[in-house]
Amino acid sequence: MNAGIRALGRIAPQLATLAAILILVAAVFPGFFDISLANGRLYGSPIDILNRGAPVALLAIGMTLVIATRGIDLSVGAVMAISGAVAASAIAQGLGLAATLALALGAGLLCGIWNGILVAVLGIQPIVATLILMVAGRGIAQLITEGAILTFSHPGLLFIGGGTIAGLPMPVFIWIITGLLVGLIVRRTALGLLIESIGVNLRASRLAGINTKILLVAVYMASGLCAAMAGVIAAADIRGADANNAGLWLELDAILAVVIGGTSLLGGRFSILASLIGAMIIQSVNTGILLSGFPPEFNLLIKATIILIILVLQSPRMVAAFRAGRRVRKTAEAKEESAFS
Amino acid sequence: MNARLLPLLATVAIFLAAYAICYAQFPAMLSTRVIGNLLTDNAFLGIVAVGMTFVILSGGIDLSVGAVIAFSGVFIAVVLRETNLPPPLVFLLLLAITTSFGAFMGAVIHYLEMPPFIVTLAGMFLARGAAYLLTLDSVPITHPVFSQIQDLYYLMPGGGRLTLIGGLMLAVVLGGMLLAHRTRFGTNVYALGGGVQAARLMGVPVGRTTIAIYALSGMLAGLSGIVFAIYTSAGYPLATVGVELDAIAAVVIGGTLLTGGSGYIFGTFIGVMIMGLIQTYIIFDGTLSSWWTKIVIGILLFSFIVLQKGLVWISSRERVRPAGAK
Repeated sequence: MNAGIRALGRIAPQLATLAAILILVAAVFPGFFDISLANGRLYGSPIDILNRGAPVALLAIGMTLVIATRGIDLSVGAVMAISGAVAASAIAQGLGLAATLALALGAGLLCGIWNGILVAVLGIQPIVATLILMVAGRGIAQLITEGAILTFSHPGLLFIGGGTIAGLPMPVFIWIITGLLVGLIVRRTALGLLIESIGVNLRASRLAGINTKILLVAVYMASGLCAAMAGVIAAADIRGADANNAGLWLELDAILAVVIGGTSLLGGRFSILASLIGAMIIQSVNTGILLSGFPPEFNLLIKATIILIILVLQSPRMVAAFRAGRRVRKTAEAKEESAFS
Repeated sequence: MNARLLPLLATVAIFLAAYAICYAQFPAMLSTRVIGNLLTDNAFLGIVAVGMTFVILSGGIDLSVGAVIAFSGVFIAVVLRETNLPPPLVFLLLLAITTSFGAFMGAVIHYLEMPPFIVTLAGMFLARGAAYLLTLDSVPITHPVFSQIQDLYYLMPGGGRLTLIGGLMLAVVLGGMLLAHRTRFGTNVYALGGGVQAARLMGVPVGRTTIAIYALSGMLAGLSGIVFAIYTSAGYPLATVGVELDAIAAVVIGGTLLTGGSGYIFGTFIGVMIMGLIQTYIIFDGTLSSWWTKIVIGILLFSFIVLQKGLVWISSRERVRPAGAK
């Protein structure tokens, strides 16, 4: 019971922000929360936010784990492009749905292994290690699609992007189930604790007997797998693999979602749930701006403002100043009390 | 031999070898026309990469430069269209804006003690957003001064043209080399890259230097934006997406250590030339697709990072061995 309350307290700021944004948008558009059922499928802005936010939510799951180890994965956008290209070309060559998905997700895992080996075995700092795949990845994706936008019309593959189960779009199920699974795996075992310990102090964790190399590679593999799923969804959504634009700049949105979720870029404690709410906050801002008729480009200014505010709140100086302020107030109160007694 | 020179020598060797391969296949590659174009086409990248070198030497990173270049082009185009201000004044105004923008980011990094990566990411969103606010379209620049500047060039023997913007890039590289290796500011930058704590104890003014580094990067990004506007005769808010990555790649290929503290401005210049050479080769070949550029740059990035890791490893072993021997 106590743990539940504490967990709620952890995500309270994110929930409050999400609620504030939704209320703000709903105040301008009274029909914002309307959900209607048509052709066995739910329609409405809230459903749209859940659906459109799927790629960033999936990326945020993997990115949270990576950032918790004090790393960063810049390559997720390029990995999305690669897995989308692999899926499209596999299905075009007549492979079945299962084989296609296995190949696409396998490509993501492979990218994750590459990143993980660079970081864990060669000891390259993560921002640089993943930069290599970020630069070269889109080239590889274009090599697979041979420079064209590969389109496909396989009903099974399209279902992943646009199908519905029980009225909800398929991508919503994918990211929620993935989030639940990963959340259970890291929180019901010691895995989450080990990941956090790597982020806090890599050397101490190794000396304490944690197999940091394997764990780091596994974390980057998880990120690659999440990116591959996002890539397949994005490709199925537009019915084609676009090596140039699939997942473009989504790595930044994913990092932003994690940062909004309160996970520090300096590693350590993380919350997948908070990151997912962060992803939904970003998508609500996007949808809200679209609805309001502002050019979507305003997104960037709003995102920049959000980052700056969070940066100021998270910065070590501010935290120290806040704590010091509280301490001064407490001692002052204590003095007053002693003076009265 | 100084182990720090090894990455630079490797870069130069790769450049010469690549050029030799290109020359063997297409003898025309050695003409001054191609060399002139190589300088002109990569002028904006070279200028911004010099700024990036200072940032990376200090152990930081600046992701905002691509957006700043786009903002600069849009700013110049829109101001020239809406007002009668003379272009030099517009240029000065722009440089003042981008320099103070960089200084602001440096101040945030120093005073809030935040990672440069996320601060300049916010700066990237801000600059790109500001460019969108000015216009969403590609705005042509029709001012006569621009066509005059484009026509300015020095005719090299062999018919090659060293354009004003190509020459400007060379001047920035030379200026950067002087600033890095011959001034107190340059020494402070290297010291910061070696370790902030140690630099502070040695008496390096950490705050002032950090702000100056990002201000310099912002100024050079603005200058690069001016060059890009002259080069394309237009301002477009979606232009130069990803140039920050090209600049970082050029710095790394140029042999600068990404952890800071070791590297050369001249190496960055060679790094830019290698990237330009790959593109020129693809154009000459005609059958290769442009996506090979990205893959080759990725491979080069990887090899240089591994080379640097190896060098660091060797030098750390050498430092240990004499102590163990005695």
